[in-house]
Amino acid sequence: MNETPRYYVPDSSIWPIIGSTALFLTAFGAASFIHQSTEKVAAEGSYGEPIFYFGLAMIAVMMFGWFGRVINESLKGMVSDLLDRSFRMGMAWFIVSEVMFFAAFFGALFYARVISVPWLAGAGNNLQTHLHLWPDFADTWPLFMTPGGTSTEAMKAWGLPFINTVILVSSSVTVTFAHWALKKNRRTALKAWLFVTVALGAIFLTLQVVEYVHAYTELGLSLGAGIYGSTFFMLTGFHGAHVTMGTIMLLVMLLRCFRGHFTPDNHFAFEAASWYWHFVDVVWLFLFTFVYWF
Amino acid sequence: MSTHAPAESKYRNPILGFAARWLLTTNHKEIGTLYLWLSFVLFFIAGALAMLIRLELFQPGIQLVQPEFYNQLLTMHGLIMVFGAVMPAFVGLANWQIPMMIGAPDMALPRLNNFSFWILPFAFTLMLSSLFMEGGAPNFGWTFYAPLSTTYGPPSTDFFIFAIHMMGISSVLGSINIIVTILNLRAPGMTLMKMPLFVWTWLITAFLLIMVMPVLAGVVTMMLTDRHFGTSFFEAAGGGDPVLFQHIFWFFGHPEVYILILPGFGIASQIIPTFSRKKLFGYHSMVYATISIAILSFVVWGHHMFTTGMPLATELFFMYATMLIAVPTGVKVFNWVATMWSGSITFETPMLFAIGFVIMFTIGGFSGLMLALVPADFQYHDTYFVVAHFHYVLYPGAIFGTMAAVYYWLPKWTGHMYNERLGKFHFWVAMIGVNLTFFPMHFSGLAGMPRRVVDYSLQFADFNMLSSIGAMLLGTTQVLFLYIVIKTIRGGEKASDQVWEGAEGLEWTVPSPAPLHTFETPPDLEHVLNLAHDLNAEGPGSNE
Repeated sequence: MNETPRYYVPDSSIWPIIGSTALFLTAFGAASFIHQSTEKVAAEGSYGEPIFYFGLAMIAVMMFGWFGRVINESLKGMVSDLLDRSFRMGMAWFIVSEVMFFAAFFGALFYARVISVPWLAGAGNNLQTHLHLWPDFADTWPLFMTPGGTSTEAMKAWGLPFINTVILVSSSVTVTFAHWALKKNRRTALKAWLFVTVALGAIFLTLQVVEYVHAYTELGLSLGAGIYGSTFFMLTGFHGAHVTMGTIMLLVMLLRCFRGHFTPDNHFAFEAASWYWHFVDVVWLFLFTFVYWF
Repeated sequence: MSTHAPAESKYRNPILGFAARWLLTTNHKEIGTLYLWLSFVLFFIAGALAMLIRLELFQPGIQLVQPEFYNQLLTMHGLIMVFGAVMPAFVGLANWQIPMMIGAPDMALPRLNNFSFWILPFAFTLMLSSLFMEGGAPNFGWTFYAPLSTTYGPPSTDFFIFAIHMMGISSVLGSINIIVTILNLRAPGMTLMKMPLFVWTWLITAFLLIMVMPVLAGVVTMMLTDRHFGTSFFEAAGGGDPVLFQHIFWFFGHPEVYILILPGFGIASQIIPTFSRKKLFGYHSMVYATISIAILSFVVWGHHMFTTGMPLATELFFMYATMLIAVPTGVKVFNWVATMWSGSITFETPMLFAIGFVIMFTIGGFSGLMLALVPADFQYHDTYFVVAHFHYVLYPGAIFGTMAAVYYWLPKWTGHMYNERLGKFHFWVAMIGVNLTFFPMHFSGLAGMPRRVVDYSLQFADFNMLSSIGAMLLGTTQVLFLYIVIKTIRGGEKASDQVWEGAEGLEWTVPSPAPLHTFETPPDLEHVLNLAHDLNAEGPGSNE
């Protein structure tokens, strides 16, 4: 096709229905797996588990096929400026939805710190509740001792977490260098900076694993260690999952660079991945501030 | 609900061809049709559950279902009506209408559109399958408060959680598509402030969905980890709080109720001008009112939780913020009435449903104001008064709005006029049914009848019997609606392109039935708008 059509009206496609089937299998498998008791799963295994993994694999295949199709269309020059703008807007709004997902967990964190923990310790007009339920409970954050008596130590902010902050902020800078190189069509610099970014992402994830092991084995800090552990692991865990996704996205971009994809004017996928990367970076800054530091 | 033949099928086998057409389609009209039929099916399922509930409540005592099963009926009715009937119906209307109303060839991201739809049947399969599971379906009400859904939830709650996740993904992706379509694919000359109000209200609705569906995903994730991974978000012994659940849920839940009504506002704003043969009164104020309602919806969630022991200042804040919403809503109702004022009105079925919408939604709005009063709410909380309130905004609001839209646009979709006499009959029976069902609930609620209980005290017997009779009438009459729709698809009087003589807008410039692809090149908007302007210059009513 020589001329880019103004409007983009694709043929029917097999990938969406594969995607929704995969999503169903993943959800059904996960629910079946989770809702059986641990003892039963240990004794008999779970039919949900293989279904779950099969669903996940199918999602991966779907993404490979679907995105591959879009990439091919783009390489054939079928992407008009209008469609490019649709893609950009779509990605931007997707990131907005991700921000709101994190907002829910930050909301839980602030609620626990400002309301539920002080109230359990008798703040406001809750003295009677405090005296009747858990008179020994003290309001501290990090919550070293829950009302129920589970204790934990706090994760220090200025060790690994600070190093991770430096790593992630640097990676946001390097991905911008890569973008500048792409816009000036300096391919070697592009590949080099992108590689550095992916490597920094991988180092960050490795250090997060080290930190989790430290938390579980040495600090007694776990998902079950009360609201401090709950918010700590859910926030950093979902952030880590998003960094993993972002690293994979950037890795794919790197491979596409080696294949000679992207031009100085046409590189939506690269920009989408880098937006996503900046987004996980900003989330981390909030995490570092409110989960680790203060 | 379209009758046009599929684009040349490459499949010889008709079943395969049929499956391929509907499973793989990327066409906004076909996907809109799928959404509308899914919503119709789920509307009947959830409606049947509601009728079972009303049969049980026909008389005091336990006759038909056990209390445990009653709770499951109640939960499933609410969840499926909200997420399965109302939301997909509005998305279906958006799919059909928005591209035609803004002069776009299709949605901005057609393959994503297919994905958004086909997630839903799977999600509802997952959710409905819980009815047949050991331990029964979720039984904690559609608001699934912790600890009922965490500590005490049945095993099937996990399936419910994942079903909610799937619906959330579908809604977010669908909303992204709608926003991008509206912002990026308007025909040249269609500025934001020239957009039809249905498009405006959907733009705002899609924004709300993107903002709050992820929060719902977050809260069900916390439920899941509280249930299975030892976290203590909603567990006081771990430093959490069950009330935290309500805060996060209602941060989603209150914008959600505007998601369920804003497209209905848009529909009324399309239909009332058409049948009043006047321009919409106060277009700009309508747009600003919609935006104000959306913004305010983020700061009023606490009015669902006045009895949870919030500090007084917080309660006052939520009370005043809630009452503030009456202002933009009042602007809207005023504008609809002012549009009808001195218009040459005819009362075709869509107009009847739209007027019914305005009047009865306003009743629901007023009872909402009563509930917003903190001291009064302590009396009304968790009584049938609340049930009456939200059914008045949802049934004559969201569902009458959808029905009005279906009658209004069905001739454009199918190329046939529906049977006007049957349509009017449907409206009047539904109108009587709605009021008979839900009006007595105000009284039983004020007298102190608690909601979500299988049995009740003798003094509520008369009101409940009335409600149950109304519910049977209301439920049965929807079979007539189904009949009318199918009959219209299969044949009937040929509809003209403009269909309604007072109708304005791009969708009325394309043939009826609308061909599979419309506006493959942008329409000459100036021409169309000039045409409308000329008609309008002759004064209201003169184009009869």
